[in-house]
Amino acid sequence: MDWKKKSIWLDFELPIVELEERIQTLQDSASVRGMDVDDEVERLRAKASRLGKEIFAKLEPWQRVQLARHPRRPTTNDYIHHLFPDYIELHGDRMFRDDEAIVAGMASLGERKVMIIGHQKGRDTKSNIRRNFGMAHPEGYRKALRLMEMAARFGRPVITLIDTPGAYPGLGAEERGQAEAIARNLREMSDLPVPIICVVTGEGGSGGALALGVGDRVYMLENSIYSVISPEGCAAILWRDPAKSKEAAKAMKLTAVDALELGVIDGVIPEPIGGAHRDHKAAAIAIKAVILDALAELEPLPTGELLERRLRKYLGMGVWEEAGGD
Amino acid sequence: MSWLNETAKGIKVLSTQKKDIPDNLWRKCPQCSEILYHRELDRNLWVCGACGHHLPFTTEQYLELLFDDGSWTETHRGIVSKDALDFRDVKRYRDRLRATRLKTGKEDAVITGRGEIGRIPVSASIMDFSFMGGSMGSVVGEKIARALLDSLRYREAAIILSQSGGARMQESLLSLMQMAKTSAVLARLRREGIPFISLLTNPTTGGVTASYATLGDLNIAEPGALIGFAGPRVIKQTIGGDLPPGFQSSEFLLEHGMVDIICERKNLKKTIESTLAWFTDGRDVSVPRPPRG
Repeated sequence: MDWKKKSIWLDFELPIVELEERIQTLQDSASVRGMDVDDEVERLRAKASRLGKEIFAKLEPWQRVQLARHPRRPTTNDYIHHLFPDYIELHGDRMFRDDEAIVAGMASLGERKVMIIGHQKGRDTKSNIRRNFGMAHPEGYRKALRLMEMAARFGRPVITLIDTPGAYPGLGAEERGQAEAIARNLREMSDLPVPIICVVTGEGGSGGALALGVGDRVYMLENSIYSVISPEGCAAILWRDPAKSKEAAKAMKLTAVDALELGVIDGVIPEPIGGAHRDHKAAAIAIKAVILDALAELEPLPTGELLERRLRKYLGMGVWEEAGGD
Repeated sequence: MSWLNETAKGIKVLSTQKKDIPDNLWRKCPQCSEILYHRELDRNLWVCGACGHHLPFTTEQYLELLFDDGSWTETHRGIVSKDALDFRDVKRYRDRLRATRLKTGKEDAVITGRGEIGRIPVSASIMDFSFMGGSMGSVVGEKIARALLDSLRYREAAIILSQSGGARMQESLLSLMQMAKTSAVLARLRREGIPFISLLTNPTTGGVTASYATLGDLNIAEPGALIGFAGPRVIKQTIGGDLPPGFQSSEFLLEHGMVDIICERKNLKKTIESTLAWFTDGRDVSVPRPPRG
């Protein structure tokens, strides 16, 4: 990976990155001069790892937001690259066009065939324009649903990877029924007769995230976020001051651990030290292990039981008080 | 005589809201600026006589308008928010809730119940924009889910009247999940052949539009309502320009295929009656139902 080229680092990552650069410099000069620097490298590596653990153990919610949006964070296509060598991408909603903010395709996971679907962000300006920054139009959600329904017809489990700032709020999106496209996915995913496993890998941005996020198991990567509105949007509306995003991020309880405590997700997937962007492959492997475990639990269930459990799971969502009413 | 004066017997309403008639006897139409006398407005179901603009109608007014006399019974009362996030912006969420409850006399932004429309039994949810912008949190989602489950249980049609700014931000993820929860029950209604009529009134936006409000077997909108996913302000910011006239109005949605019927308030009951009759044809009333309180 081209870490040194055009890498953008977050301020709290810099101490670790600087250490790593020192290690690199040391190794480079050692190999030129034939010196033995193993001990020193080992010492610095241990220090970097310690520092990483320290920094990442006490991240503020806003720092998680930054990590979830990290320009180097693995995207759906990165995970597909590491997990599904036989992936065949499929395109289009059969109605309007192919929305490249969502990618989907056939793949194998071990012995079984699966349908993999996820939001796709870009890496740079050009690819972000192509991917619309991972913000789908209705046709993206409709492509996803078309392929989920196809997967169901052939008894293939569905795996979704969620990473979007939200559904695109634009003219064409409204004209073509953004709300209806999302709503339909929610309804159909809640009743799709194959196991669905969802993983929030980056930004879980509101309805646009949920439109791929109804499943038998929903997990979040350690540094991903999930909320009903972006912290900036929340700050602008409730504080009337977009500068209060940090406060909003805290108040909204948008981290993976928060979501777990609120009963919204089934588990938190640990990331490599320093975040998923430091080691795409390790992050991918961690996700794979969780998906395999979940599938092993879900696949033996008869369809009726699977759907009944899924319904009950969603009926239990929310927190309220009942004052001895009816 | 105004229809409001012929108070339907047996309709249970909270007394606080009924007196909510403004002290000033005149109203200006927000659309055409015509000055309207309140008795005239009452007679016209709060529709401007000059331009046809539909002014806000309260939950109680909708109940009187839609349901057969004496047939409405409220269900699932006493469900209130717990502020699970301990949310605080410039104010605490629980203080906002308490103040809103005091001001409106309501428990939250929806009431649910069972009643009859043209003698056809339905289980209904009526949203209320006056309670925190009709926003959907855990309580709204739970009550609507229960009302939909009642439809399944008693095999009677489901109706949801929406008016909402969307999800309730103070409940963040929990609020978001209500979209999935309500839609999940709607999937079961669909499977069981229970009809669902969604009524969209001004405004219906955000997470409510992106869940049950657009999932009706029929989506019926009042004229001139703002209906959309993203709010007009957000879209303006995104595209960096003005929105075309009529964008996200009921008429725009009809033109783009998202609603079945635009129905003036005065025809709403008749339209629901006729369409319900088409759906049910006596089938759903054949199952024994418990007596009403």
